[in-house]
Amino acid sequence: MATDTLSLTLSALADPTRRAILERLANGAATVKELSAPFAMSGPAVSKHLRVLERAGLIARGREAQWRPCRLEAAPLEEVAEWAERYRRFWDASYERLDDYLSHLQHKENDDDDSR
Amino acid sequence: MTTADRVGATTFATPSELEIVVTRLVDAPRALVFDCWTKPEHVAKWMLGPEGWSMPVCEIDLRPGGAWHFVWRQADGTEMAMHGEYREISPPERLVSTESWGGDWPETLNTLVLSEEDGRTTITNTILFPTKGARDAAIETGMKQGMNLSFDRLAAYLA
Repeated sequence: MATDTLSLTLSALADPTRRAILERLANGAATVKELSAPFAMSGPAVSKHLRVLERAGLIARGREAQWRPCRLEAAPLEEVAEWAERYRRFWDASYERLDDYLSHLQHKENDDDDSR
Repeated sequence: MTTADRVGATTFATPSELEIVVTRLVDAPRALVFDCWTKPEHVAKWMLGPEGWSMPVCEIDLRPGGAWHFVWRQADGTEMAMHGEYREISPPERLVSTESWGGDWPETLNTLVLSEEDGRTTITNTILFPTKGARDAAIETGMKQGMNLSFDRLAAYLA
C-alpha cells in the first residue's frame, strides 16, 4: 500500500465524474469506450480521470494495449471507508447522546425556573 | 456542502481532499451547545462515541493557546486519548482548535461553527488535515483494520 493512500484516494474521490466511474466499475471491468458512454465526454477526457484513479490505486488497467479494461481496486476504498465509518460512528453516537443531554439540561433549566 | 435540515441526523461531507465536515442540527440554543463543547462537566457526558466508553479525563483550558486533553476508557481498560490546543474562542458561535490523537496521528485544525435559528442550532465541525504527510500517518495507525467494507458503504458516506 502506498504511504500517501488516503490523501490520494480522497483527492481522486473529490470529483463526481470519477465517483461515477468507480460506481460503474463496481459492477465489473469496463473499457474506456464503455466508461465514456454514459458521460458527455471524450475518450481522452475520461482517460484523464482514469489516470487520476489509477495513480490513487483505485483502479487497475489491463495490459492489452488496445482495450486496456479498467477494474476497481477495492483496498484503498476500504481503508477510507473503514476510517470514515469509525469516524462516523463516533460522531453519530456522540450527537445522539448530545440530543438527550441537551434536552435533559433544558428541562432542568425549566424546572429550576418553575421552582422559583 | 451539506447542511443539516432536521434534528437527529448527522451528515458527513468531504468538500475538499483535506477537509471533512460533520453537520448536525440539535434542538437547543447555541449558547447551551457552546457550553456543551467547552465545559468539562458537559463534554464528558456526551462526547463518548459508541456505547461502552466513558471519559475519565476531560481537561479544558479555554483560552487561546490553552490545552485540552480527553481520555476515553472502556470497561476492559482499553483507553484512547486525544489532545490539542485552542486557537480561537468566540462564544457562542465559533471555536477553533487543534486536535491530535498522539503518536503518528495527524494534527488536524477543527473549526466548530454554531448557527441558531428558531431556537435550534446547526453544529458544523470542519476538520482540516494539515498536510498530505499527516494523512499518510493517519492511515498507518488506527485506520487499517482489515475490515471488508463494501463500496456501497463508502458511496453512502460520500453521498
